[in-house]
Amino acid sequence: MHETEILLAVVVATLRAATPLMIAGFGELIAERSGVLNLGVEGMMLMGASVGFIGTVATGSPILGFVAAMLAGAALALVFGVLTLSLMANQVATGLALTIFGVGFSALVGVGWIGTPLQGIATDIWPGLSKASPMVQQLMLLDPVVWLAILLPFIAQRFIYRTRAGLILRAVGESHDVAHALGYSVLRIRYLAVLFGGAMSGLAGAYLSLAYTPMWSDNMVAGRGWIALALVVFSTWKPLWLAIGSLLFGFVTIAQFQAEALGLDVSPHLLAMLPYLATIVVLVLISRDATRLKLNAPAALGRPFHATA
Amino acid sequence: MTTTRRSLLQASLALPAAAMLPRAAGAAAPFNVGFVYVAPIGDAGWTFQHELGRKALVAALGDSVKTSFVENVPEEGADAERVIRKLATDGNGLIFTTSFGFMEPTLKVAKQFPKVKFEHCTGYKRAANLATYSARFYEGRYLTGLIAGRMTKSNVIGYVAAFPIPEVVQGINAVLLAARTVNPNVTIKVVFVSSWFDPGKERAAADTLISQGADVVMHHTDSSAVVQGAEEKGVWSFGYDSDMLRFGPKTNLTSVTMHWGDYYIERTKAAIAGTWKSGDVWGGLKTGMVKLGPLNAAVPDAVKAEVAAVQAKIEAGTLVPFAGPIKDQKGAMKVAAGKSLSDGEILGMDWFAEGVQGKLG
Repeated sequence: MHETEILLAVVVATLRAATPLMIAGFGELIAERSGVLNLGVEGMMLMGASVGFIGTVATGSPILGFVAAMLAGAALALVFGVLTLSLMANQVATGLALTIFGVGFSALVGVGWIGTPLQGIATDIWPGLSKASPMVQQLMLLDPVVWLAILLPFIAQRFIYRTRAGLILRAVGESHDVAHALGYSVLRIRYLAVLFGGAMSGLAGAYLSLAYTPMWSDNMVAGRGWIALALVVFSTWKPLWLAIGSLLFGFVTIAQFQAEALGLDVSPHLLAMLPYLATIVVLVLISRDATRLKLNAPAALGRPFHATA
Repeated sequence: MTTTRRSLLQASLALPAAAMLPRAAGAAAPFNVGFVYVAPIGDAGWTFQHELGRKALVAALGDSVKTSFVENVPEEGADAERVIRKLATDGNGLIFTTSFGFMEPTLKVAKQFPKVKFEHCTGYKRAANLATYSARFYEGRYLTGLIAGRMTKSNVIGYVAAFPIPEVVQGINAVLLAARTVNPNVTIKVVFVSSWFDPGKERAAADTLISQGADVVMHHTDSSAVVQGAEEKGVWSFGYDSDMLRFGPKTNLTSVTMHWGDYYIERTKAAIAGTWKSGDVWGGLKTGMVKLGPLNAAVPDAVKAEVAAVQAKIEAGTLVPFAGPIKDQKGAMKVAAGKSLSDGEILGMDWFAEGVQGKLG
């Protein structure tokens, strides 16, 4: 019984830890599929975290908070879009600047809200749950954002590979010149993808400040935006692989804590390396197959588009 | 005067060199004191407590001092040295640098400004014009261990720690030793999150410890995530640095809090009077540098009385937290009965006491 309880705790904690990575990663995946590399995920997540927190405390409604966070993330992404798509600035440099800006600006916006206590968002969203067994209850008492994150990869998989819009998105990311010649508005599609990515980053950030640890504090995203970025590459731009990567990273982090708490005779320094180590190992295994990597990587990734005709 | 790093930089460009001239010896001129903070002030935590100290200094000495501070100064890179040097050239007679990582830059600037007095918190490098100060946080930890030992039903205390360094290890051992004086069956499970500040990880670690049976959790990290997590799960918690009762009104039993105000007042007075001397101060419960925050109403009166009695003994010096017999995790005698650890041994503590489940290095 004790073992099943711990196992259940690991499952729940893994899902919660993977959720922000999955959501932010998914947004970035869509943006990169359109051929735009936005390294500003960390900054957009922080903006989402601070604005989402302030919105929720100010209005009393977490839903409005999440909406505000998505708008904040999208607003930052819009700045990125104007600079890189319309003005054709370098995407890598602009993305890095966006992160630095997001770190500072979120701290400025949130300065009066540090230490404000906030109730976490409601988790009893399933009717009749009180009749279920305690174990089922524990599993089902996950917040709605986690459920969204679980559904996302399947929605994304279908969108990217089975819908016309997904096909157009991929076409723009593979060869913007061809897409342009076919009559698609490359810039409009890339703007939409970048804005969507920003909104998802905002949502992921707000998940941290509203549900995962209901609080606002400077720099609270603590590098998860970078992890999400790395996971997109790790997944070779495939949504289901992204989900697996996020869950793996979340699981190894949690398993590390469990191993320490169980008293396993392993160095804490070694354990702290594990999530990164495991992810790198899988990354190397995946990218061994060069053709597969080439097949999936958006060919026009990071290249500016200038309509010549 | 509140100064951010940026406005300070701008000021340095805008102001003429007048600020660098030696201060006139007029009686009316206030004595300038500068503070360097490692983090934003916020409203809880390590830097916040230093800011309370600065405010206490202003309240006590009024117009005879003029203080300024620079917050969010990174320990890495050249920023710290530049900020400290700027405070020195701005005419501050006494400068407090309040994080371990400021040790080398403080030492370097202190050599260049022999007439300015420097004080570095938690460091160990001193000079004729550079003093160090810190507090025996473990004395406060010892008191929380006592409460934890009385309150736990599962006899498992969960401890979310940042890094396996002596300051952290002291706290963990102090909690265990105190808890075992009232409840010999207590064990501590330690999880290192490898970060001073990552609310997500701190929270996940606390959740993990709770899932493995801990019904009291405490932390040696900088956010309030552990206290909040405990409140949600309905297990007892202890806060650190600042009073964290408002993050866990039902379950936060108390916090180990730090108070620098008295020290700042005393040292500034000495600097003004010309009696300031370099040295090393390691305060504790006795000097009021470490205190317990308000106790939760859930703590029974008998336990409150017990804590007060032990605190009185520590202050009087009749009870020493690291007094033998103490065995380490392998059962080897680290401190023989009748002996206790020297300050040097405490500062270099690199072993866990028997009953702590965790691994160092």
